[in-house]
Order: sequence, then C-alpha cells, then structure tokens
Amino acid sequence: MEEYKIQLTVNNEKISAAAKAEESLLKFLRRNGFTEVKCGCEKGDCGSCTVIMNGKTIKSCITLAIQANGKEILTAKGLEKIEIGRKLQESFVQHGAVQCGFCTAGMLMAAKGYLDTNPKPDKAEIRKAISGNLCRCTGYKKIVEAIYDVAVGDQK
Amino acid sequence: MSEFKVVGKAIPRHDAWAKVRGELKYADDFTLPGMLYAKVCRSKYPAAKLISIDISKAKSLKGVKAVLTARDVPRNETVTKFGQSTDVKGGFEGLYRVLAEEGKKIRFVGEPTALVAAETEEIAERACDLIEIKYELLPGVFDPEEAMKPNAYLVGEKDSNIVNEFGCLTGDIEKGFAESEVIIEDRFEIPFIDHAYLEPEAGISWLDDYGTINIRVCSQVIEHFRDVAEVLNLPHNKVRYIGTMIGGGFGGKEDITVESFIALLTLKTKKPVRLVYTREESLMAHSKKHAFIEKYKIGAKKNGEIIALEAHYIGNAGAYTYLSPWVGLYATVSATGPYKIPNVKIKTQMVLTNNVFSSAFRGFGSNQANIGYESMIDELAIKLNMDPLEIRKINCMHTGDALSTTKQVLKTYVALPEAAEKAWAGLGEPTVSKEENIKIGRGIAMGQMSYGRMTFLRDSSRCYVKLETDGSLIVRSGIPDLGGGQASLLSQIAANELGVPMEKVKIYNTDSMLTPLAGTTTATRQTYMSGNAALKAAREVRNRILNKAAEVLNVNPDKLDIVSEKVVVKYDESEYLPLTEAIQACNAAGIELYSEAQFNAPFTGIPDLTNIKGMTFPDFTFGAQAVEVAVDIETGQVKVLKIVSCYDIGKALNPACVEGQMEGGSIQGIGYALSEDFAIEKGIPQTPSLAEYLIPTAVDSPEVKTIMIESGGGLGPYGAKGIGEPSFNNIVPAILNAIYDATGVRIRQLPATAEKIIRDLKKNFFKK
Repeated sequence: MEEYKIQLTVNNEKISAAAKAEESLLKFLRRNGFTEVKCGCEKGDCGSCTVIMNGKTIKSCITLAIQANGKEILTAKGLEKIEIGRKLQESFVQHGAVQCGFCTAGMLMAAKGYLDTNPKPDKAEIRKAISGNLCRCTGYKKIVEAIYDVAVGDQK
Repeated sequence: MSEFKVVGKAIPRHDAWAKVRGELKYADDFTLPGMLYAKVCRSKYPAAKLISIDISKAKSLKGVKAVLTARDVPRNETVTKFGQSTDVKGGFEGLYRVLAEEGKKIRFVGEPTALVAAETEEIAERACDLIEIKYELLPGVFDPEEAMKPNAYLVGEKDSNIVNEFGCLTGDIEKGFAESEVIIEDRFEIPFIDHAYLEPEAGISWLDDYGTINIRVCSQVIEHFRDVAEVLNLPHNKVRYIGTMIGGGFGGKEDITVESFIALLTLKTKKPVRLVYTREESLMAHSKKHAFIEKYKIGAKKNGEIIALEAHYIGNAGAYTYLSPWVGLYATVSATGPYKIPNVKIKTQMVLTNNVFSSAFRGFGSNQANIGYESMIDELAIKLNMDPLEIRKINCMHTGDALSTTKQVLKTYVALPEAAEKAWAGLGEPTVSKEENIKIGRGIAMGQMSYGRMTFLRDSSRCYVKLETDGSLIVRSGIPDLGGGQASLLSQIAANELGVPMEKVKIYNTDSMLTPLAGTTTATRQTYMSGNAALKAAREVRNRILNKAAEVLNVNPDKLDIVSEKVVVKYDESEYLPLTEAIQACNAAGIELYSEAQFNAPFTGIPDLTNIKGMTFPDFTFGAQAVEVAVDIETGQVKVLKIVSCYDIGKALNPACVEGQMEGGSIQGIGYALSEDFAIEKGIPQTPSLAEYLIPTAVDSPEVKTIMIESGGGLGPYGAKGIGEPSFNNIVPAILNAIYDATGVRIRQLPATAEKIIRDLKKNFFKK
C-alpha cells in the first residue's frame, strides 16, 4: 500500500507523519496518540469519531487521512483552550450529561461545531444538530440541556 | 447514622472531567511495545459439521505469529459462569466452547473457528482469509417452536433443543377460568435486540515477569478471571483482570468476549496481544436479548378483577445456553406482574436454535414478561370498557401482599398504584392534533423488577475503605463501572460517612487481584450490594475515629459527627477536632483506619423449578411509565411525544445518576418498541451495522420527565433501591398501549414499525 507524508495541525500541534493511501483520519489520529477520537463503527453511523476540520464538523472514520493534509483538526483534547469548548465541558459535567463517556468526545465536537454556526439554537435545533451522534446511555436529555445552557448563557 | 452531606446530592461523578477532556482510557486505547494484533476467524454458516481446518497457508504468511484452533486450547469446553462463587448446577451452567471443534457442529453465523495473532491488523485479517475450513452443511433450525418438535434438527450434541423448563402454579387454573366472566387470549412475538453500546468489545493481554496472564478489558464481570484460567488450565491466581471504564454494557459485556482469545494467543506467543471487535463483528458475535413467543390467557370478572392467568413463554436461546436459564427464571417469576391473581399457571421453555446466542440484556426476562402482561391488561380494560388506570388499581398488589407467581411476600413499600397515578398525571394536558391524519394516544404500564441477584446464587460484595494521614480517603473495590456511576457511588458513600469532600476521595477499582471482589455490574446489584459493603467498611472506620475523638474531646462518641473534615460535637460545632488530628491520634494508638467489609445478600436454596415458590429475589423496584404518542395514520409513523417515568428508588443517592438511568432506560425502550429488530433470516443476521440496526437518535427521543418516589424502604444503603434495569421496564408496553389508544391497532409483533401499523389500519378499515 502506498504511503504519503502528510502535515496537519491537531489542537495547534503540528503533526508530520506517514499515512497509508486508504487509511482513515480516525485510524491516523488514534495511531498518533489522539485516542480521544473514538472508534464506534467505522462507517459514519455513530458519530463517536467526530472532529472539527478547518471549522467543519466531520466524521473522521469516513474521511481519509490524506484529505487532512494541510488542515487544522480540533479534537476534544483541544477544547479546553477555547472558551466555548471549556463551557461545553463544564456544562456536560454539571448536567450529568456524561455516562459511559464513549460518545462524549464526539458529541462535544458536534455541539461545538454547531454552536459556531448557530450560537442561539432552540432545543429542537440542538437535537437535530446532534442526531448524527448516537448515545445509548443518557437518552439525550441532559446532553441537549447541557448544550442549550451554554447557548443561553452566551445570550446574556 | 450520619446526616446526608454528600449522599443525596446531584454531584458530578469522579470520572466526568476525564471523559469530557478526552483523557479517559478505554479498553482499545491501550497499546504495549511489541504487541500483536489478533483476529477471530468465524463461521459463515449457521449449521454445519466442521470437517477439518487447515491453517498451513495462514501460518506461513509473513508476519503471522500464531494460528490457533480448538486443538491448541488447553480446555476448550468448560461451563458458562457469570461471577458466582457458589455452584448452582442443575442445568444452569451451559457449555462454554472457546473454538469450534472438528467433528462437531457449528451452531451459528459468527461462531469462532480459529484465532490469529500477527504483526499488523491487516496481516491478521489476511491470515484469517487463508484458513481453509471444510464444512458439511446441515439444515439447522431457526424457529424455537420448530426446534421443540420431536425429530427437530438438533442444534447441539444433546438429544433435545430444550435447555430448561420452568413453571409456577398457584390456585386452580381450571376453576379460575371456569369462574371467569371474560376470557381473553393473545400471542406476542418479541424479537432479538442488540445492546448497541457505543464501545465495541476490546482488550489487551500480556504476560508479566512471573508468568501471570494479565488482561485489560471492558467487562462487566472481572470474576471471569477464573473462567479464563480454566480455559488456559492455569490456577485461578495466575490470571488477572484489570477492568477499564466501560463504554456501555447493558448485559452485553457480561459474558466473556475477547478475553479467552487474547489470553490464549499471549500464552502461545509470550507477547502482548490486542483484539478489538469491529462493529459488524460485535453485532454478529456477542449475545442478544432473547426473542420470546408468549401465549397469554387471562380470565376476569366483569368488575375487572383478574382471577386467572395462564402464560406460556418460549425463549429463543440461540446457539448456546449462556444465561438463558436465568433469563427464563426472571420471566417466569415476573409473569403475573404486580397483580394479585389467585389462579396462575406459568410455563417457560428456553430453546436452542441456530441463531446467535442470547444471554443477558438490561431487564433480563422481566421485560419480555412485562410486555406481555401489560398488553394483556390493556386489552382486558378495553374489553370491559374500563379505564386503563382503574383496572390496574383494582388488581394491584400492596405492601405485604405476595407475588402471584412465587408467593414471595413483598416486605418493602409497594409504590403501586402510586407510581402509575403519578406518571399518568405527569403527562399533563393532552396534546391536540392539528392535522386530521395525526392521531394522539396515551398509554400506561406498570410493574416490578428485581434488584440484586437471585437469592440462591448466594451473592456477596466486598469493599475496602482507608483514611490516609492527610485526611484523604482511599476506596478499593472490584466494581466495574459501566457508565452508570457505579464506582463514583462508592466514593460518595465513603465521603458521606467520613465527612470528607468528594474531591478528596480516590477510588481504585476493577482489578481482580488487587481490589476486593465486588461481584458483577449486572442485575441492578451494585448500589444495593457494593453500596452496602462500602457503607459497612466506612462505618467501621468512622466508629474508630469517633471513639478516639471522643476520648480527646472527653465526650460520649454518640454525641459526635464528622462534618467537613472535622469531628464535631453535634449541635455545638464550635467544639471540634480536625479530622487529621483524629487520624494522628488513631495512628499513634495503633488503631486501624482501614476496613474491608463484606455484604451478603439473603441466601436461599434452589427452588423446585417446576413450581417455583418462596423467595427468589432480595427485593423489587416498583414503577410505571406513561406515554403520549402521535401516529400518522397515512404513513403509520409513530412519534413519541411525552414520556413520564416514575419509580420508587427508595433513596436517590445521586439524583443526577438516577435521572440518567431513568431517562436512558426510557429512550432505549423507544428503540425496543419502535425500531430495534436484530433480524436473522435462516441464521444470517440482516442488520450488520448501525445503519441497519436502528437505535434512537436525539430527534427520535422526547424529553423524558422523571418522577422519583423516595420511600426510603429499599435494602440498599440509606434505603436505596436499584434503578438500572427497572427503568427499562414498562416503557415498551406503555408505547404499544398508546399506539392502540391512538389508532385501535394492537401490535403483537415487535417492533411497532410503520409498515405493521399501516397494514393493520388498512385491515381494520376494510373490516368496517
């Protein structure tokens, strides 16, 4: 299998590494230590691997690593350095929106990506925005409330 | 007892920050230098005789380090256990076969046939493809009713496909029906469903310097170290489980998944071996919730009083026994629900078929029973033109009554019909449909579900609590945390008893050799069992602190409490001793500031399985769910508008966690009712991905309203009851009853898809 040298930025850290032609961004990131990006299905069905690439929310399992060449990637570990990221983390913790936590990192990225495009959503819009991210534990209520409270807080 | 300082508060659990920061390591996040990648070769056929396996080509592939078949497994056939330390025997332990054996039968698609360890995942996969297996295809049997017939194809090596039969007899069933003024009969079919946790099964194993096999894995049962040791033919103390935080379990990680495979490969190669299932493999290879066929007949008086109930359950166990007997028992005991019925006859048969094996799933057999009896009572109400809540009230058990099946007396508060009334009222004003094709309907269901294991399993849990010299607190427990906050809860209890803030508690958990075994995180048992063990251990340490502080302060220990890291004189908190000074005083006097305590559940003998009577569970959680749905009668599409979930949880030790269970349980129930169907056609699974196996998304899910009744009557610490599984009860029949209310369509074959509803609507239309 052919290998390509790719360069990308992950959470402001410059990464330069070889990627196989057919390697997914998910596998590439996990192989390079970004294990916060979770592998739940590898088919784009569950959303556990959601990251933000150049401002756009994507599922890294159905994105090729070489497509990320020259791009900026944000994962859950990079959220702390961003105001809205910190607020989302705090809100998820305070609302009890985290149970097993396997969907959480992806869910946070979907929430961050959505609030960037629509800072004042209602709860129905939030539900739609995270509908590509499955959670089996919480029933979504506390997740939606956690995101909504961040949005409402910003409106004040 | 100390007052509530930490317990009863919705405080964030200890692992929440690590999870939102992406720092928490799950089972597939661990790697070790020089590790190998494992793959499992699996059968493509549901029924066949395994003639021979040729591994020579696979073995000679560059980068392949080991290829194992059943011949290489020291003990390939043992029995399925799930953490119990006492043997029950009597047909309860099924066959655990690690790999398919030459000359024997293949029983399901996905049955493991060989194992590979290689330098990369790709090589391991290629090696699997190079393994040559000769099969003699056999017809198989897929339907449990077919499988029960004489001369049916035999799934396994035994001369019958019936694994177990259970029964319950109360009163005189013939007389009951003879005296009935109304009799209704019905049949329900409930499909296999999958746990669909977000984290696929994963683990890594390695040999340490002393030849011990270490396994880091996401398992609900670290006591499986014994079972893996049996497979490897090693002493139990040479296999160690280190449990990781689990990315959801719901019963699907109760049986052994990857562990035997990686342990065998590590033993063979002496290298670390890692195995992570793909989603497709996870769906295909792990257990399912039992599909059930249920035949119900109930007889009642015209005033709604039920006087006879007969139920026949046929549970589809799939290819291997696993926990089928226990699931059958749960269903049998639960079959009459929370109703006082004088004449009862229950028969349950668990049957092998050539489908993927069934085992534990949140709710065990209680859910399947609950779907049956709560649909039937609704049908009875309609037949008698009665209010659905009213008919439930008339027949409801009360505190001190006995279950109509086993006659086990209900000693704690029976929060029924209270929970049903509250849930029903909680729906509020009815939604008014603005469109002619959208019909609104409401449904209710109520019931009981056990917490804690069946009492003849003789369950126990242990916990260790220690006060450090700086006043920080150490808790050690074997408790696996599925995401429900099980480990955090023990910290909360210890913190509460010892007057220490949560931030100063550190729990070390889930190591089969270094933490006291706490039993399985299954059966809604951890709050009850390990919670009590933690409380017992913490109170022992607390009493030693109080006794010593009493000497220093020269007061009676009864007058003391520990509040905010101070030993205070109650009602006069100006007089106190800092906790660290009390600790110093104890240490200087040689007083132990640690304790390891064991909590035992009530123990009973094995009942007569043809007529189960007496105590089989420690206690039950009672509750109800009420639902409002909108059904589009042009498309058959159902939208759940409102859910109210009301349970007596005894005491909410962490209300946020209890709500989380209740909300999550309800939404999982939407999937069970409306979309989830692990369909298997002639043994071939039809839903190999999450694009085909549909679990609820955020847009499918309404905001669940939760109502907690805190009776304080539970057997858990501070009067708590378990909620994990009970919260998944009632929701499915409540939705089905609401669909009936909206449309007049009674769904008897789950799930209630749009196609089924529209088909029945058309039938009803032409009937008119």
